[in-house]
Amino acid sequence: MTTQSTRPAIATTGLRKAYGDKTVLDGIDLHVPAGSVFALLGPNGAGKTTTVQILSTLVGADAGQVQVAGHDPSTDPDAVRAAIGVTGQFSAVDKLLTAEENLLLMADLRHLRRADGRRRAAELLAAFDLVEVARKPAAAFSGGMLRRLDLAMTLVGDPRIIFLDEPTTGLDPRSRRGMWQIIRDLVAGGVTIFLTTQYLEEADQLADRIAVLDHGKLVAEGTAHELKRLVPGGHISLRFTDPQTLDRAARRLGEGSRDEDALTLLVPSDGGVRSLRSVLDLLDAEGIEADGLTVHTPDLDDVFLALTGSPTATAGTTAAATTSATPEKETTR
Amino acid sequence: MSSTSYVLRDSATMLRRNLKHAVRYPGLTLGTLMVPLIFLLLFVYVLGGTLASGIGHGSSYINYLAPGIILMTVATGSMTTAVSVCTDLTEGIIARFRTMSISRAAVLVGHVVGSVIQTMVSIALVIGAALLIGFRPSADLVHWLAALGIIALLSLAVTWLAVALGTLSKNPEGASNLVMPLALLPFVGSAFVPTGSMSTGVRLFAEYQPFTPVTETVRGLLMGTPIDDNAVIAVAWCLGISVAGFLWATKLFNRQA
Repeated sequence: MTTQSTRPAIATTGLRKAYGDKTVLDGIDLHVPAGSVFALLGPNGAGKTTTVQILSTLVGADAGQVQVAGHDPSTDPDAVRAAIGVTGQFSAVDKLLTAEENLLLMADLRHLRRADGRRRAAELLAAFDLVEVARKPAAAFSGGMLRRLDLAMTLVGDPRIIFLDEPTTGLDPRSRRGMWQIIRDLVAGGVTIFLTTQYLEEADQLADRIAVLDHGKLVAEGTAHELKRLVPGGHISLRFTDPQTLDRAARRLGEGSRDEDALTLLVPSDGGVRSLRSVLDLLDAEGIEADGLTVHTPDLDDVFLALTGSPTATAGTTAAATTSATPEKETTR
Repeated sequence: MSSTSYVLRDSATMLRRNLKHAVRYPGLTLGTLMVPLIFLLLFVYVLGGTLASGIGHGSSYINYLAPGIILMTVATGSMTTAVSVCTDLTEGIIARFRTMSISRAAVLVGHVVGSVIQTMVSIALVIGAALLIGFRPSADLVHWLAALGIIALLSLAVTWLAVALGTLSKNPEGASNLVMPLALLPFVGSAFVPTGSMSTGVRLFAEYQPFTPVTETVRGLLMGTPIDDNAVIAVAWCLGISVAGFLWATKLFNRQA
């Protein structure tokens, strides 16, 4: 996170890619400092996987400058490949081989000496909780075990830059948290992580910097905190039993938007105790009873929906949040 | 580290991977081994009597047939190869290989060498079965080695072609269909009956298609029948197909993302 002075692990300027007449990436500029976690966030079809494919030498770019670990993937792909590890969206495990054989296969392909390869495989089996299934064919593994083995294989050659394309898609919550912990441990060891995800919480949890990709363009970039400030999402939502009470409350509280059908009033708030108390004090003074109350703090859902052009995405409305990938973070008090 | 200096090592690693697959899941290999064995029994015990009198080979029809069945094993093996290459290339691990600093050719070389080894093992079993039911070749050791050399060369050529077709196919069913004509090619040649007994158009094709000179060469080496210029034509065909198959397969493989 504090490596502004060193050479970036990944840098692109004006990266473009089209398949036929469909533009997938339309001028992407990225700057990922070494040792940081960078999350590329976007809905399905935004161009996340294409970006990873270009950076990891799988496909060529149409235009733009690309540097990965100081090398250009188009002119020196082998130098890039030697520095990176890729865990793609779809399991890259040989399911006919056992977990241990998969790791030894990677060790051979990374040209480790036999003894070193065996030692590294044993370490990784232990670190990824795969010792008990080491001699079982991967075809019998659960989704979470496959992802762990997949990532373990990526780590065999100790790559300095790791690409994780939607590493937790399809995992249950426990496996997802396990994967997050593994990623945090990797970062502590100094590797650079380039992560794509459609889970906002994941980006929030892991990333130093987040870029939001939509229709092939970066629509925002910054820390999770910076992105949350981009949208005015915080409010207190008050629900009333009848339109008359709603009317009185709206007059007293002055500002905010109201929904006649749902009998709710949205009052802007930073979500803090102080602003909550002042709203309740005003209602008390008028003798107005609220039927229910929720406090909504701005989160990446709001940013995501506001920036990625979903038609119903007015920031801060609960209706829009139901279309998001993760449950809305709302605290009911 | 340059990847070119690791071509051999990476290819050996890929070969080990493919052999492990073949040993652990032998179903596909056994399936293609059964085809030539069944044809051997069918042609000897069911069709053999009539065919033998028709081509004037009498009770020794198996001596005419066995070299053809041996080459048929190469052809049916190509179906296994194409299907397994096609299946393998759709696996996520191939994408992983492409992001690693390893020789691109290694993936295909591993498949080809593995398939040739499997085919040669099948051929050993087919020869064993033929000997059991009365195949009596006149060859000495040198002729046997020469015959096996030609068979291995044909296997290499057919396998590279099958690998290219497997790479070209979108799914295993497609791969199987694409290779089918190749697997049936020995029938329209001198493998089962002499080409002289065929109608003119078919005979012309049969005499000029690659399996025929290879069949005649192997038959000549094992049974002492005349070879003439068939050996040279056979080797030329095999080398030509190998090179073309190699270039085509690697081009297709490198083009895919």
